[in-house]
Amino acid sequence: MIVIIDYGAGNLRSVANALTRLGCQPKVTSRPRDLLNARAVILPGVGAAAETMKNLKTLGMVTPICQFIGDGRPFLGVCIGLQILFAGTEEGGWHECLGVIPGQVRKLPAGLKIPHMGWNQVKQIGSHPIFDGIPDEANFYFVHSYYVEPDDKSLAAGETEYGIRLCSVIARGNVIATQFHPEKSGELGLRMYGNFIKLAMERS
Amino acid sequence: MLTKRIIPCLDVKNGRVVKGKSFVELRDAGDPVELASFYYKEGADELVFLDITATPEERDTMVDIIERISKEVFIPLTVGGGLRSISDIRRILMAGADKVSINTAAVLKPPLIREGADKFGSQCIVVSIDAKRVESSKEPRWEVYSYSGQRPTAIDALVWARQVVALGAGELLLTSIDADGHRAGYDIELTRAVSEAVTVPVIASGGAGTLEDLYQALVSGKADAVLAASIFHYGTYSIAETKRYLAQKGIPIRL
Repeated sequence: MIVIIDYGAGNLRSVANALTRLGCQPKVTSRPRDLLNARAVILPGVGAAAETMKNLKTLGMVTPICQFIGDGRPFLGVCIGLQILFAGTEEGGWHECLGVIPGQVRKLPAGLKIPHMGWNQVKQIGSHPIFDGIPDEANFYFVHSYYVEPDDKSLAAGETEYGIRLCSVIARGNVIATQFHPEKSGELGLRMYGNFIKLAMERS
Repeated sequence: MLTKRIIPCLDVKNGRVVKGKSFVELRDAGDPVELASFYYKEGADELVFLDITATPEERDTMVDIIERISKEVFIPLTVGGGLRSISDIRRILMAGADKVSINTAAVLKPPLIREGADKFGSQCIVVSIDAKRVESSKEPRWEVYSYSGQRPTAIDALVWARQVVALGAGELLLTSIDADGHRAGYDIELTRAVSEAVTVPVIASGGAGTLEDLYQALVSGKADAVLAASIFHYGTYSIAETKRYLAQKGIPIRL
């Protein structure tokens, strides 16, 4: 069973639709105990990181998510679901996040339009199986005003140019997370979800 | 490099797309689900739906349509038309829309922009601005109109654009009332003025007749995206052909 975490905001409908299209029957839930039997967990997201953290705390989801990841089980974060994996974010002042990945979330530099909104290329670093069947420099749909800066640069599996060269895909063992929205990135985005499901099934 | 977006707009009335009768590739050119799916497969970067339905009962139809479209179309969907409150916005987002476009409600009740951005994030609050050139003015000036371009508001378009962004709008959908429907090109001066006045992306709308018009809106108008309806609905140009044309002229485009 693949679980999509529902924390009140987010665009989980789109994520659920993408998985359904791939033949899965995802469980959309806000109950921490549903993570116990999950084969994989997806944390989707749009909106503000601080608000997301607040909602996850209220639901009692913080510890279960960290534990799920700590157990080495397959986890996919999308957009805010990527950002809150980090130690903290400077969005709306300084806010502590899950701290699963050492590093910070920073505001995109001024000068270009913010949010970074639209289709942009993802340069693949190395050859991670999440990119199976996806050409290098393929376009994915982004919408964000903050970006992640991992302390360990080698965790970046994908990078994207927007004024700066930003980390758009994180891969560390069982944890994969994207700054863009695969569920809004057409057929290649669906393929990425398919790759994640395949990885999750192999792992569990 | 961030690509420029090509966005077909579908006007929906009572559950049917209005315009677009000459679409030969489709069994039913009036079915929004089928048309959305068609544009998705052709390579549209996003889709905008404008609900021009009059009554609240008929709005349930729009919710149902978005639910169906979001199951087969995996690009961003923006829905506008008649959204007046946070609960209206929530309902259409929960149905599968990614962004909402608000126009008259924003003019009547600007705090709705802030409230929507706080609740759902700026990225999903698009403020739609219908602007008309003030003929009597020596300097170029544009006035904002509400109620589908019917009612003058005495608000200056550039002042309004800055204000809605300050309130939390994540994107502007800018329509020139003068150019709309004439297929003689976008109002480039308006588009550039607004695009330079704000830090968020601007979608140019109203007046697309040729592919050169789209090019000009992106280059001279400095728009981040171009929206068009009739040139796509009537099959004057396909999405694929539009994107090839712009790419050949050096515009960054997702092909």
